Amino acid sequence: MKAPRFSYHDPRQVTEVIGLLSSLENAKLLAGGQSLMPMLNMRYVLPDHLIDLNRVEGLSVLAESESCLLAGTMVRQREMEFSDAVRRRLPIIKDALQWVGHRQTRNRGTLGGSLCHLDPAAELATIAAVLDAELTVQGPEGQREIAFKDFPAGFMMSCLSPQEMLMSVCFPVWPTTHGWGFVEYARRHGDFAIVSAAAMVLRGVDGRIGRAAVALGGMAAAPVRAAEAEALLMGSTGDEATVRAAADSCRGIDAVGDALVPASYRQHLAGVIVARALRQALSRAR
Amino acid sequence: MEETRTVGLVVNHQKYEAEVPVRFHLADFLRQRLRLTGTHLGCEHGVCGACTVLVDGQSVRSCLMLAVQADGHEVLTVEGLAEDGKLHPLQQAFRDYHGLQCGFCTPGTLLTLVELLQSNPDPTEDDVRVAISGNLCRCTGYQGIVEAALKAARQISRSAR
Amino acid sequence: MIGLSVARIEDLALLTGQGRFVDDLDLPLMLHAAYVRSPHAHAAVLGIETAAAQAVPGVRAVLTMADCRPYLTATRLSVGLPSASYRQVADRPVLAIDEVAYVGEPLAIVIADTRHIAEDAVERVEVAYEVLDAVADCRAALAADAPLVHRGAPHNLLAEFEVGYGDVRAAFGDAAHVIREKISQHRGCGHPLECRGVVASYDAEEDRLRVWSSTQTPHAAQRLLCDLLGRDETQVRVITPDVGGGFGPKLVFYQEEVVTALAALVLRRPVKWIEDRREHFVATTQERDQFWDLEMALDGQGRVLGIRGRMVHDHGAYTARGVNLPYESAQTVTLPYDVPAYELKVELALTNKVPVSPVRGAGQPQGVFVMERLLDRAAQALGMDRAEIRRRNLIPVERMPCPRPLKTRGGIPVVLDSGDYLRCQQDALARIGWDGFPARQDAARRCGRYIGIGLANFVKGTGRGPFEPVTVRIAPSGKIQVFTGAAAMGQSTRTMLAQVVAAQLGEDLHNIVVTAGDTAGTALGLGGFNSRQAVMAGTSAHVAAVKVRDKLLTVASEMMEVASEDLEVAGAEVRVKGVPGMRRSLGEVARAISGVAGFRLPAGLTPGLEATEQPVMDAMAYANGTAAAEVEVDAETGDVEVRRLVIAHDCGRMINPMIVDGQVIGGVAHGIGNALFEWMGFDETAQPVTTNLAEYLLVSAPEMPRIEVLHHESPSPLNPLGVKGVGECGVLPTVPAIISAIEDALSPFGVRLGHAPVTPMDIVALLEKARTA
Repeated sequence: MKAPRFSYHDPRQVTEVIGLLSSLENAKLLAGGQSLMPMLNMRYVLPDHLIDLNRVEGLSVLAESESCLLAGTMVRQREMEFSDAVRRRLPIIKDALQWVGHRQTRNRGTLGGSLCHLDPAAELATIAAVLDAELTVQGPEGQREIAFKDFPAGFMMSCLSPQEMLMSVCFPVWPTTHGWGFVEYARRHGDFAIVSAAAMVLRGVDGRIGRAAVALGGMAAAPVRAAEAEALLMGSTGDEATVRAAADSCRGIDAVGDALVPASYRQHLAGVIVARALRQALSRAR
Repeated sequence: MEETRTVGLVVNHQKYEAEVPVRFHLADFLRQRLRLTGTHLGCEHGVCGACTVLVDGQSVRSCLMLAVQADGHEVLTVEGLAEDGKLHPLQQAFRDYHGLQCGFCTPGTLLTLVELLQSNPDPTEDDVRVAISGNLCRCTGYQGIVEAALKAARQISRSAR
Repeated sequence: MIGLSVARIEDLALLTGQGRFVDDLDLPLMLHAAYVRSPHAHAAVLGIETAAAQAVPGVRAVLTMADCRPYLTATRLSVGLPSASYRQVADRPVLAIDEVAYVGEPLAIVIADTRHIAEDAVERVEVAYEVLDAVADCRAALAADAPLVHRGAPHNLLAEFEVGYGDVRAAFGDAAHVIREKISQHRGCGHPLECRGVVASYDAEEDRLRVWSSTQTPHAAQRLLCDLLGRDETQVRVITPDVGGGFGPKLVFYQEEVVTALAALVLRRPVKWIEDRREHFVATTQERDQFWDLEMALDGQGRVLGIRGRMVHDHGAYTARGVNLPYESAQTVTLPYDVPAYELKVELALTNKVPVSPVRGAGQPQGVFVMERLLDRAAQALGMDRAEIRRRNLIPVERMPCPRPLKTRGGIPVVLDSGDYLRCQQDALARIGWDGFPARQDAARRCGRYIGIGLANFVKGTGRGPFEPVTVRIAPSGKIQVFTGAAAMGQSTRTMLAQVVAAQLGEDLHNIVVTAGDTAGTALGLGGFNSRQAVMAGTSAHVAAVKVRDKLLTVASEMMEVASEDLEVAGAEVRVKGVPGMRRSLGEVARAISGVAGFRLPAGLTPGLEATEQPVMDAMAYANGTAAAEVEVDAETGDVEVRRLVIAHDCGRMINPMIVDGQVIGGVAHGIGNALFEWMGFDETAQPVTTNLAEYLLVSAPEMPRIEVLHHESPSPLNPLGVKGVGECGVLPTVPAIISAIEDALSPFGVRLGHAPVTPMDIVALLEKARTA
C-alpha cells in the first residue's frame, strides 16, 4: 500500500497555489492528509501532482466578529476543538469535533480539508450545513462566496472547479441564548458516523421556538437539512410530542445503504438521533 | 526517475538530513532512511495507530504524513523516550504492569500516552481509554496498557513534586 | 519462581524500539517484492504478460509459475493434516497457473528496488482472465446445481465426517423435551497488528538459504521449503524474528514463503516481502461461516439426553491446514457436560473465497457457542434458571479424570484430566451477582433501560502433542542457553521457558538466553498453536533443566568435595548452603566437564552440561472456565455495551499469573469482537466487501470493560509442572455469554438470538419484527 508516483509542490502563497492549479493537470490539494493519504496509499486516487497547502501563508486564521466565526481553510481541527472563541460562540462545533476520528486525526486534519473531501459522514460538513456556513473560494478570476447548501455537487465532490481552492469559512453565530445538540452513532469510538444529527434552536421571549436548524450527516452523499422537522419545531414549545414528531419526520429522508449498513437502519437511526439532539438543544436553550 | 527531495529534521533531539522520494511517508523515512525501526506499520491507512509518533509534540499517524512535510520539524519516536539508558516512566510502567505482549502496537501507544500525560497529568481510566482509542492492540485487551498508563501518571506526578 | 509474576525478558527491547520484526531486517543489496493477485473470485487465466512490468525502471524481475517451475519439485502446497474425511484434494498452487479460485490468489511476484516501484510494476502486469461463476455461500455450494469452485472438480464437497457416540435414537425417543435450533456463526480474521512477511537470503558460495518468516511454525516452513526446492535441512534455515502476533493464520505455510525464497535463489540477492493490511484480508487465511441445525433432547429435570444435527462449514477455496477446524467444533460441543448421546454430521464446502484455517480458538468457540445456546433455549422451554440447567449437566469434579467417548483428530481418546467446572461457574456467578440481577433488571426496565446477564462454560483441549523439543545447556561462559522449536508471537514464550529453567538453575532470568523458533537451534519442532507451548515446551524445559541441574550438582560436588545435597544453585553460581565462600560459577563447572586433552572427565561423567528433552505427550490437557457477562442494550440504536465481564478460568498451574491474565483478557477481547464486531464480509460474487480496518472492526480500548479474572488452579496430572494451555481460552465462553446477555436484556420483546456476531442493525431489525408480530 505505497503511494503511486506524483510530482510534489509546496507553495508559500495563495497566488502560487492558484497558479499551480491553473497550469497543472490532474492535481490534488494536500491539507491535513487524514483523508487523502489513505486514499493515496491505497491507490484509490492517482494524482500526477500533489500541491501541499501546509506551508502556504494566511490560511490558518481563526477569528470572531460580531456576526461570525471566521476560520481559514487550513485551521487544524484540534485548534478549533480547543478554541475559546469557538466554545463561547458556537459550542456545537466543539461538540461535533469530539467525534471526528481520534486525537491524531484532529492534530493534522483541517477544516477545509474535511469540507472539500465531503465524506458523507463528515461531522464538519454536517455542522456547516446546520449553521449555513458561507465559503470563500479563490480562483484564477478572483474570489466568490458559496453558501454551503450549494457546495456539494455529488458523492464526495464539491462544486469547486479544478482551478479553485477554498480559502475560509464563515460560520454565522447564533445569539448566546441558543441551544445546541450534536449526537452521533458510530460503532466504535472515533469511527465514521453511521448517522449524525446537529440541532440548533432559539427560543423567543414567549418561550416558543423562533428559529430551528436540524441537519443530518451520513444519510446521503451530502448533509441533509431536515426541513420538515424544522417546520414542525417552529412556533412550538419544544415539548416531547413535537420533538418526537420532528424526529419521526426524519425517518422519511432518503438514505444510502451498503454491505455494512442498510438504508432502513440509517432511516431508523435518523429518527432516534434527531430526537436526542433536539432534547440536548432544547435543554440548553434559554 | 523517482522525484526526491532533501529533508532536514530533528528526530529524538538529533539533526538528520537525507534524500527521500517525495512519495515516501514519514514512517518509511524514519524506518528506511534513518534506520529507526521502532515505529511500525500496521495498516498504512490511518486506523491502527502503530505508526504514531510526535511531531512538534503532537501525536500524528506517520503513515499519513509525507516525509517531505516533516522538513524543518521535530519528531519524537519510541527510540527517543528513554534518557541516558533510563526508561521513561511509561516504559517502566508497561514493563511492571504487562502493558505489552507482542510489542508491535507498543511504540505508537507509548507516544500517544506521552502526549496525553503532557496535557492531562491526572487522567481517569476513561480519559486513558479514549486517548488510546486510535491505537489498536490485538494481544492485550488494553487492560495492562490502561493500568500502566494510570500508574505511570501517578509516578510522574510523584516525581514532579 | 514458578507461580511468580516476574517481569518479562522480552520487554526491554520491545519497549525501546529495539525489537526486530521481519520488516526491520535490512540486508545488503536487499530487494523488495509485491505480488500480483487475482481481482476475481473465480476465473480462468488465459495468459500473463510481464514485459511492461519488467520495463519499469527499478524492477529486477517478474516471475510467474512458468518461471518458478524449474526450481520446484511440485506445483502445489500439500499441507493438509491427515484425515479419512476428504472427498477431494484442493491444494493451493504455488502460483496460479490457469485458474484462480479466490480474490487475492497470487499469480506472480514482482521484485524491485523498492516496494513502491514493485507496486507500480504490479499494475503493469497484464493478466487475461475469463471470469467464471463464483460460489459465495457454503450451503449453496453443496446444492446439486451449484457452479463449481474449481473447474476440474467433481463437486464442491471438500470433506465430510460424522462425530458421535451413544444411542441418539433412543435418547430422542425417550425425551420429555426436544429443542430445535438453527445457529449460524461467523468468525473473522486473525488480524495481528503485524501482517505477514518474509525475508529470504541466498548464499551462493555455501548454497544456503536463510529465510526469516513471521510464522508460528518455523520447522514446518523449513520442511516444506526443503521439499519444494529440493534441498536438505543443512541448506535451508528458517528463523522467526520478533513476531507481532500470530493468532492462528501465521501457523499456515503460504505460497509467498516459497516464492519469495525462490526469488532470492534465482536473483542471488536478498528479497523482502511484507504483506500490507489490504493484502491480509485476501492473502492470509481466516475463519468464516458455520451453519448448524441441531436438536437437543432432555428429560423432565433438564438433564440432556442427547444432541444431534448437522453442520456446514465454509472451507474456502483450498486446504491450507486441514479439516481440523470443523472437527474441533464438532468435538467440543459436549465436552464439559454429561451428554450420553451425540451425533453430528459435518460437511466442509469449498467456496471461492480465501482459504479457511484456525483463528484463536480454532473451531472450539463454535462448539461452545452452540452448546450454550441450546442450554439457554432448553432453560427457557423448561422455565428453568440458565445457571441451574448447567449445574444439572456439568461433569462434577469427582469424576476427574473423566474419559469422554470422543477422540482427537489423531485418534487419541479424550480424557478430561482435571477441573472443577461447577466451582468455576459458581464463582463467576457469585462475582457478577447473578442471583441479585433480576431485581436490578426490573428496576432498570422501569427506567426504560434494558440490561441483561448471560453465562457460558467451556472446556478446551490444550497442549496439542506429540512433543516440543527444548535443549538446556550451561555453556563454558556460564550462560544458560535454551533452544526450542517453540515459536514466540507475543505470548511470552521466552519468559515462560526461562522461568521454568530458572526454577532449577539459579532463579536469575538475566542469566538465561532463550532462542526460539530457529531451525538451526533445534532439529525438530512443531511451533505455536492450540495453546500448546507451556504444556509441551514447558515440560521439555523442565525435564531438561532438572537433568542439567542434577549433573551440575554432581560435577560441582566432585570439584568442591562436598555432597550434592549440601549444594544450591543461586544466580550464576553453585554454592555450599550456608557457607558463602565455598562456590563455583556455572561457567567454571561447565568448563570442568568440557574436557582437557588427555585428561579424564570428573566423576566418570559424560561431557557437557546439556540436555535435550522432548517428552511425548499425546493426551491433551483440558482447561476450563465460565464467563458471565452483563450488557446494556440501547433499544433504539441497537447498540450493545458490555458493562461487566467476569471470567473464572482454570489453566492448571500458572507459571506467571501476570502473563496468564494477559492471555485471558486478550482472548476475551477477541471474543467481544466475535460477539459484536468482527465480520469478514463477501458479496454474492465472493468479492470481499470489508477490506480495511475501518470496515472490519477490531475492538478498541473504549469498547472494553475491565475484565474480572478469577483464577483457579487444577493441576494437570499429565505433566510434571501441572500446566495447561491458556492462550485461546478467553475467546470461548465470551461469545455465548454476551449473546445470552443480549437476549436476556431484550426478553421483554421476545427476541431470540441464534447467531454471532450480533450487530445493532440485527437488534433493530429483530425489535421491529417483534413489534409488528
